[in-house]
Amino acid sequence: MRKPARPFLRRVLGAAALATVVTMPALAQQPAPAAGTSPTLDAIRARGTLICGVNTGLAGFAQPDSQGVWRGFDVDYCRAVAIALFNDPERVRFVPTTAQNRFTALQSGEVDMLSRNTTWTLSRDTSLGFDFTGINFYDGQGFMVKASLGVRTARELDGATICVQPGTTTEQNLTDWARSNRINFRPVVIERLEEVVQAYLSGRCDAYTTDVSGLAATRSVQPRPADHVILPDVISKEPLGPLVRHGDQRFADLLRWIHFGLLTAEELGVTSQNVQQMLNDNRPDVQRLLGRTGGLGQMLGVDNAFMVNIVSRLGNYGQMFERNLTPIGIQRGPNALWTTPGGLQYAPPFR
Amino acid sequence: MSDATADPRYRRKPPKRPLRLSWADERVRGIVWQIVVVGIVGSIIWWLWSNTVHNLEVRRIATGFGFLQREAGLPIAESVIRYDPTDTYLRALTVGVLNTLKVSLIGIVLATILGTLIGIARLSKNYLVAKLAAFYVEVIRDLPLLLQLLFWYTIMQGFPGPRQALNPVEGVFLSNRGLKFPALVWESAHTAALLAFLAGIVLTWLYARAARARQMADGQPRKVWPAAVALLIGLPLLVWQVMGAPWQIDWPALRGFNFQGGMTMSPEYAALLIGLVTYTAGFIAEVVRAGILSVNQGQWEAAQALGLRHGQVLRLIVMPQALRVIIPPMTSNYLNLTKNSSLAVAIGYQDIVSIANTTLNQTGQAIEGIAIIMMVYLTISLSISLFMNWYNAKIALVER
Repeated sequence: MRKPARPFLRRVLGAAALATVVTMPALAQQPAPAAGTSPTLDAIRARGTLICGVNTGLAGFAQPDSQGVWRGFDVDYCRAVAIALFNDPERVRFVPTTAQNRFTALQSGEVDMLSRNTTWTLSRDTSLGFDFTGINFYDGQGFMVKASLGVRTARELDGATICVQPGTTTEQNLTDWARSNRINFRPVVIERLEEVVQAYLSGRCDAYTTDVSGLAATRSVQPRPADHVILPDVISKEPLGPLVRHGDQRFADLLRWIHFGLLTAEELGVTSQNVQQMLNDNRPDVQRLLGRTGGLGQMLGVDNAFMVNIVSRLGNYGQMFERNLTPIGIQRGPNALWTTPGGLQYAPPFR
Repeated sequence: MSDATADPRYRRKPPKRPLRLSWADERVRGIVWQIVVVGIVGSIIWWLWSNTVHNLEVRRIATGFGFLQREAGLPIAESVIRYDPTDTYLRALTVGVLNTLKVSLIGIVLATILGTLIGIARLSKNYLVAKLAAFYVEVIRDLPLLLQLLFWYTIMQGFPGPRQALNPVEGVFLSNRGLKFPALVWESAHTAALLAFLAGIVLTWLYARAARARQMADGQPRKVWPAAVALLIGLPLLVWQVMGAPWQIDWPALRGFNFQGGMTMSPEYAALLIGLVTYTAGFIAEVVRAGILSVNQGQWEAAQALGLRHGQVLRLIVMPQALRVIIPPMTSNYLNLTKNSSLAVAIGYQDIVSIANTTLNQTGQAIEGIAIIMMVYLTISLSISLFMNWYNAKIALVER
């Protein structure tokens, strides 16, 4: 009786262990959010800290400085949300995420939001269960080669070995581009940014491909940046922006309007230096942006002066760009305001 | 016969007693506890399952395995079967499984050979050989495998570029793009020769069996090797000759950025294979050493006293006893090697983990992706275990 029972029990326990592992990324049980409430905002307020998923280390976007303080364009967006909620840019915990684990981190609730060079695509918006809250950086995929190779355009890369990181739209853009241009290439696919860059630098690959901003960031930290050329061809559209879990519209609204607020501040000439004087400016749109009239902050569930707090600490969109991205050699280009020729950054009316 | 080695505690059946419906009855207690445990485990599984399904629904995250039929669009550097980015995720994952098998199976064979040699070397009477083998084992075993893989990969990247490739032998090039060597242009005659070789193996085995039967009858040992050479080498050569003896070589040549033609061993594959083989060989060496030392010196002497030659002593007396000790831990080492091959992600060899990770990231279906990875490793590991257990049972000492 006992003897045959043992293997059975063991099998059942084994199955249980298996099931536990399978559902490990199991998402904590949460009721479907009712209209008007925000489980994410409630959780952040109860915790007292925003948990923000960022890159593992990409100069200009998200990288800890020599004191271990996170700095960068994407990091500033996390801080802006913390300022809106708590009026304190330090109440953010940054969670570095790789290209491969970022989505699981957001889906499972490990992070509240992602601000991590993530391209807005249809499938990510739908079947992955996310909401993109805007485009804070218009990017495109390009190639970097060593200057000594003598390559001038991407079309000359036929037969080349190309280094690429997995799990990104980059990988699929590369094969799409090669297919439509009838170019043969050999991929070298490595997950960690440091390793893939090392493979390119060692000559394992002829070219390294990723978003042009990422190429510029990588090039800027090389001992001799002039040894590397970013080819003029841009093979894809990469609209980057912060994203949240699908179904929490109030939190998404807040992120969306922080971005639009930053753009509006630049458009109206509100900067970190002059924001206190601007409080007395009697242009109606400045009054609304800075929370003197309209009660727009309250509609978003935060303090009416939230844009004053954000701009005084982080500056407007243009200042954030200049502080983080101009030093690594990225031009405003399509990220200029719509009022500049070629600029795409446009905010709906802040009213 | 196999009962002879079974656990003696179960050899005698306990006396049969009628089942009494009382808490005092040990068997009734056993049944009740099992029902309770199964109930608890069952409800935990149910809770985890329904919780997951509920949350996936709330967040509108896609579920199911429908994505397997969608176009993958992933670039894959090396593949055993034909693969194109327009193929489905299913095919991409199959390529990943085959890549895992390619490195695991070849790794197991090479690690066994290298490990056995080092294990024997460590028992050598030559002081230098024994100490070198001991040094190898200690160093290799004490360093993390990931570190070793990165070390080998860095070495691979240290070779010169394709335009300055090392060219040790005509047609062989070593560069940071991998090892390039000439390949035979495969034709039907080669397939026929390969089949003839396989037939030769079977015929040789039959011949050896017949020779042994006749030795049993009249006591005269008969030579098997002339027939083996004729069947294993002569027969395939004859078939190939008859079918026109095609012999065309595809030589690698530098064109544009890289070499074209010939066969390639990529730096990623080479680094992973070398890393896995050298690492696992360190463990296998110790297993082999333990196996050989487990056979008493007296066994050697007794066998020699019976007039058996050195080779016969090893084959008939020592190895069967040593293998009894060697095989079970060897199975663990083979399983470890297979599972360690998932570290390939770090150095850019696209095995099943690498491709499944990318797939789950593109489709967002993490649970399905992880389930696929687990099923693949479970299947491979169980197959290795089954085979090794069968082999273990076959060579187990038969006690009479």
